[in-house]
Amino acid sequence: MDYETVIGLEVHAQLLTKSKMFCSCGTDYVSAPPNTHVCPICLGMPGVLPVINKKAVEYTVMTALALNCTIPKSTKFDRKNYCYPDLMKGYQISQYDAPIGRQGWLTISSNGSKKRINITRVHLEEDVSKLWHREDYSLIDVNRSGVPLMEIVSEPEISSPEEARDYLVMLHTILRYLGVSTCNMEEGSFRCDANVSIRPKGSSKLLAKVEVKNMNSFKAVYQAMEYESKRQRSVLEKGGELVQETRGWVDEKGITVSQRGKEYADDYRYFPEPDLPPLVFDKAWIEKIRAKLPELPEARKERFMAQYGLPLYDANILTGSRTLADYFESCLELMDKGKAKLIRNWLLGDFSRLLNATNTDIETTQVSPEHLVEMLNLVDKGTISGPAAKAVFEEMFYSGKRASAIVTEKKLSQISDATKVREMVKKVIANNAKAVSDYKSGKQQALTFITGQVMRTTRGRANPSLVKEILIQELGGKKIA
Amino acid sequence: MKLSYEQVKHIAWLARLGLSEAEVEKFSLQLSNILENFDILKQIDTTNVPPATHSIPLQNVFREDEAAKSYPQSEVLANAPRQEESCFKVQPILE
Repeated sequence: MDYETVIGLEVHAQLLTKSKMFCSCGTDYVSAPPNTHVCPICLGMPGVLPVINKKAVEYTVMTALALNCTIPKSTKFDRKNYCYPDLMKGYQISQYDAPIGRQGWLTISSNGSKKRINITRVHLEEDVSKLWHREDYSLIDVNRSGVPLMEIVSEPEISSPEEARDYLVMLHTILRYLGVSTCNMEEGSFRCDANVSIRPKGSSKLLAKVEVKNMNSFKAVYQAMEYESKRQRSVLEKGGELVQETRGWVDEKGITVSQRGKEYADDYRYFPEPDLPPLVFDKAWIEKIRAKLPELPEARKERFMAQYGLPLYDANILTGSRTLADYFESCLELMDKGKAKLIRNWLLGDFSRLLNATNTDIETTQVSPEHLVEMLNLVDKGTISGPAAKAVFEEMFYSGKRASAIVTEKKLSQISDATKVREMVKKVIANNAKAVSDYKSGKQQALTFITGQVMRTTRGRANPSLVKEILIQELGGKKIA
Repeated sequence: MKLSYEQVKHIAWLARLGLSEAEVEKFSLQLSNILENFDILKQIDTTNVPPATHSIPLQNVFREDEAAKSYPQSEVLANAPRQEESCFKVQPILE
């Protein structure tokens, strides 16, 4: 029988606030010693009173708006009761039947075609403590407990591992554009669980729903979804039966393993959080937040293609991060708009190469758009040659110095004096008899080689087009196209 | 409405309480009495009354996003019956 895969994704993103959701403890706990970002409120002491962090609500509303959700007139928090020591109170403050956003959507592009994935809900809750399981006991660090956590749930409309990855990448990019979360997957500020099931093609009835946890990268999500949809098919093909369960992804082995069966429906006994008065949204406040929404990745990508004539592939990369897209446009503000492709070449070429090599981000680079443009203007004016520009840029990247300073310091200005260039060309011709005779017998590559030799003797400073011109003259005017 | 034996056992399990057979019977009666009182409340006609989740007339109580000093680690752990590596130490947790 032919089956189709049905995936729903649940993303948890920590919000980028300074303080926790319901108390003033700081959220910069990642490299802090255990239990140092803790107070009686996040410790769940009797008699304490939580108070809602306004910024966290604002960020959640902003995300809900960016995901085309409906924002209700009023909302509230609820207690989710469960018996697990990752929350000292014995319950998590979350949202049950009145999430801040509902019925939204985002658009993904998989294999060149667009697809809308509906979003069920966006709600706000608190993160939980970190647990370390030892042989016969467990240790609890409460630092993370109470950090604002936003949950975004998709409808089960994702139908392949590719779509699951594309959905996550898009959501990740949107949250980064909004600046509401660091979205650092390694540090756990962007986490994903998946519900995967299969069903006979065309049927609307899902077979057993399997929840997959513990996927810590886009790649892991892709692999886990691929593994799980294959596993479920093979269970059925072998005449077995699928059970509703929770499975954990084991990255090293590339498999999922059963963690626990779902014999009972979860019994969280939600009820309205009596310590937190309800929220009633003022329309003006919502509109104020809406006005703060930046141009989102999908729209920006399309504008880049239309406005700068960039191909889809380039527009995709350039708008993949807001910082990169902003950088690109800052450069263009200082230059002729027709230079879009030149800027693109530098950003996706040498710049990206150096960022990758140093494992740094364009956000923290020492080369500002002004500095890059200044360097490109030096090339334009003929002050430095193209090859020298690469060296200058590298120096700018590592030292933070401006191009003009580097050119003076390293004597990198371009040699465009025809007499000087001719002198050097003659010398190279004299020293490369073999290449010269190759060229004269029609070998085109020889010319490139001799040009390279001239550039080398000048450490890339000679004006390349002048070199070529003089070289051809000196070699007897035999011009090869 | 009387709570069944299974319902009481389930509620006790959710609260991680071990009840003797006699206690199950005892609490079954007590909890049922409480629920009966809700049945009395249910007789009130609330057709035109919007549902309320809170009993005090307050809304939109916020704090600004400002971080303040947390408690010293020693105080945080002061009440912990068992601790290790500056963490709370608890019984092993089985999924």
